[in-house]
Amino acid sequence: MELIGGLAVQGVQMALVLLLAPGLTGLVRTFKARLLRRRGPPVLQPYRDLARLLRKEVVLAENASWLFRVAPYLIFAATWVAAALVPTFASGLLFSWTADLIVIVALLASARFFLALAGMDVGTGFGGIGASREMMISSLAEPAMLLIIFTIALVAGSTRLATVSAYLASDEVGLRVSLGLALIALVIVAIAENARVPVDNPATHLELTMVHEAMVLEYSGRHLAMIELAASLKLLLFVALIASVFLPFGLADAGSEPLAWLQGLALFVAKLVAAAALLALFETSIAKMRVFRVPQFLGAALMLGLLGTLLLFVSRSL
Amino acid sequence: MPALTDLLAEGEPVANHRPWPRTRLGPDRWTFAIAQLAEGHWTLMGLWGEPASVHMALRDDETGDLGVVSLACPDHRYPSVGRFHPPAIRLERTASDLFGLEPEGLEDTRPWLDQGKWGVSRPLGATLPATGEPVPYAFLTAEGEALHEVPVGPIHAGIIEPGHFRFTCSGETLVRVEERLGYVHKGVESLMAGADLAHCARLAGRLSGDATVAYASAFARAAEAATASEAPPRAQALRALMAELERLANHLGDIGAICNDASFALMLAECGILRERCLRAAEAAFGHRLMRDRVVPGGVAGDLDTAGTSAIRALVEAIRRRFPALIQLYDSTASLQDRTVGTGRLDPALARQYGAGGHVGRASGRNFDSRKCPGYAPYDRLDFTVPVLEGGDVDARVWVRIREVEQSLGLVDQLLASLPDGPVRVDLPACEGEGMALAESFRGDVLAWLRLASDGRIARCHLRDPSWFQWPLLEAAIEGNIIADFPLCNKSFNCSYSGHDL
Repeated sequence: MELIGGLAVQGVQMALVLLLAPGLTGLVRTFKARLLRRRGPPVLQPYRDLARLLRKEVVLAENASWLFRVAPYLIFAATWVAAALVPTFASGLLFSWTADLIVIVALLASARFFLALAGMDVGTGFGGIGASREMMISSLAEPAMLLIIFTIALVAGSTRLATVSAYLASDEVGLRVSLGLALIALVIVAIAENARVPVDNPATHLELTMVHEAMVLEYSGRHLAMIELAASLKLLLFVALIASVFLPFGLADAGSEPLAWLQGLALFVAKLVAAAALLALFETSIAKMRVFRVPQFLGAALMLGLLGTLLLFVSRSL
Repeated sequence: MPALTDLLAEGEPVANHRPWPRTRLGPDRWTFAIAQLAEGHWTLMGLWGEPASVHMALRDDETGDLGVVSLACPDHRYPSVGRFHPPAIRLERTASDLFGLEPEGLEDTRPWLDQGKWGVSRPLGATLPATGEPVPYAFLTAEGEALHEVPVGPIHAGIIEPGHFRFTCSGETLVRVEERLGYVHKGVESLMAGADLAHCARLAGRLSGDATVAYASAFARAAEAATASEAPPRAQALRALMAELERLANHLGDIGAICNDASFALMLAECGILRERCLRAAEAAFGHRLMRDRVVPGGVAGDLDTAGTSAIRALVEAIRRRFPALIQLYDSTASLQDRTVGTGRLDPALARQYGAGGHVGRASGRNFDSRKCPGYAPYDRLDFTVPVLEGGDVDARVWVRIREVEQSLGLVDQLLASLPDGPVRVDLPACEGEGMALAESFRGDVLAWLRLASDGRIARCHLRDPSWFQWPLLEAAIEGNIIADFPLCNKSFNCSYSGHDL
């Protein structure tokens, strides 16, 4: 019975992240447009864009290798699996017994690895620029992410997300300095990982300033749809991750009633809307930084993560 | 130090060239003029060809005098100016493309506007059919370990004009940028030859659409000078009013667009609203959002009524109300200042050497505004200052624009308060003559030079965009910056592709 429940939760989770991810992207765009006093495209526009891209033919560069064609599916699959591992509305995910936070980081890293390879595959100047910038950013974001995980794991006693959110939702945690540091660091990493302002600009038309967009410039049709969907999934993943670790209230427990699921779902959507509004506000109020300022920005996340970990070695109650 | 007037007196003066003199020089005096340019006593204002002669517009920086010197070149050769004075290089390459005039001693013999796609070569000189396949353009090279080239354009990801940029980088740092222009060559000078004034005025207003009032005004004033006539005072005031509205709209758009290139979309949105209000006020007052074809030789096409006046007054009030908060936002957003301050610094010595007009020159300490010097009606009776900064970076170019917006608002106020009565247009006589005029566009000084045939038609007309002397400076300003900052620098220059490509 428990297995069936776990399977059901996992199945709903996988469908749910896929379904909600473009909506989150659309919501951020709408909020940003409103802050700029524009009407903006409808929230559902990313779904329509994906449908359009899936219908369109794929235009390939003459010298594109098999890697260029395969990479979008690998990127999408890795990101989707990673997103399916983060509790959104219920914590009793079947996969979470086999995969923890470190696996999520590894899945995202492999997706990025293939994206960077694909960016360089065609041999245009922009793809190479984007790939090298992406690698510079990730070489700083990944260690920071691992330190954040160490902090959380030291507090919760596990790297398994279900255990972490169950523990952090309980009363025995209280206010922890180390968790506060980890939260700030995680937000910084999330901004960098999702190519948002001030690290990258998802709305730019300037080829020379792009990071993520420069790598995918040569993609079209269903390949581009896969990459766009993966990018939306990644944004949802990070919002769900922050929510499940730092705002775990409302998560349905393993084996609970479907009513609790619905409640958890409603709360999750509310968290997404709040995150989209905050992200839009942040992105509107800041200019993009120079490429060489990004290491300082991510260095701050790394140091915060390190500080959080060290504090826990000084005292378990910090 | 010899004055330009002395040189002009030495040669054989050309009758009916107004308002400044034109002189035919011998080769030795031509060489002397080159030396004066190279030593920095004079500024090159333009260089253009004719089938068997070459002309140079000069400005004496000491006295502010202007003049044109001409050299006959029956064998289609002349001593190169660009060899000693680099600002002339692209102008000479253009004269070679269009007329087949060969600058003797110029090392750079590559074509400039001619990309081998016209079907003919030297379309304005002794025309020849184009010879076979176009030759690939030889970009200048840079040598060193781990240097890589990034070609960008001519088609860009945004909706902007076409131009190709060849970047040579070491990692993210730029070693060299070379521009390749000419993609929007329209053959305006050929189209004008032999056409009537009204048609040519329309062509002039289309050379660079964002500065259509400045171009049309420069052309109209040159035509009026050539026919020794003058537009009525009310027409002159209305031209200035339109020019200031055009400046307001473009500067507001630019300030927002520069910030947007640093991903600060808020400024673009807010400035975009103000720019749109300018365009709507122009539509209400003059019947066209960009005021195209409103300035004609002899005056302006239509009069301003009270509804138009109140639309402009409402615009000025709206900008005065909202703009200070935007300046405050620009000045107090640290992340934005971090991008603009110190980026793309242009050396004041280069700005002076190239005679850079507009915000490019004024942000690098070159105090030149053709509304002040040589000056033209009605600006001689209006009170305004020309903002000059020394910083030379993107930030300084933004601030020059901000200050010019403030000055333009004051000018619009003064113009509306003292609008003369009377007719807005006179007919120009059909007669022979040569005329030249400078008009200050939002980019800088537009030069128009023309010669009328005895039937009043255009024999030859040359329009020189301020971008001719700004594009090369962009290459200099960007050196040592990172490649990701190029769009920001480029936008802060905002040179015209269309105006430059002719």
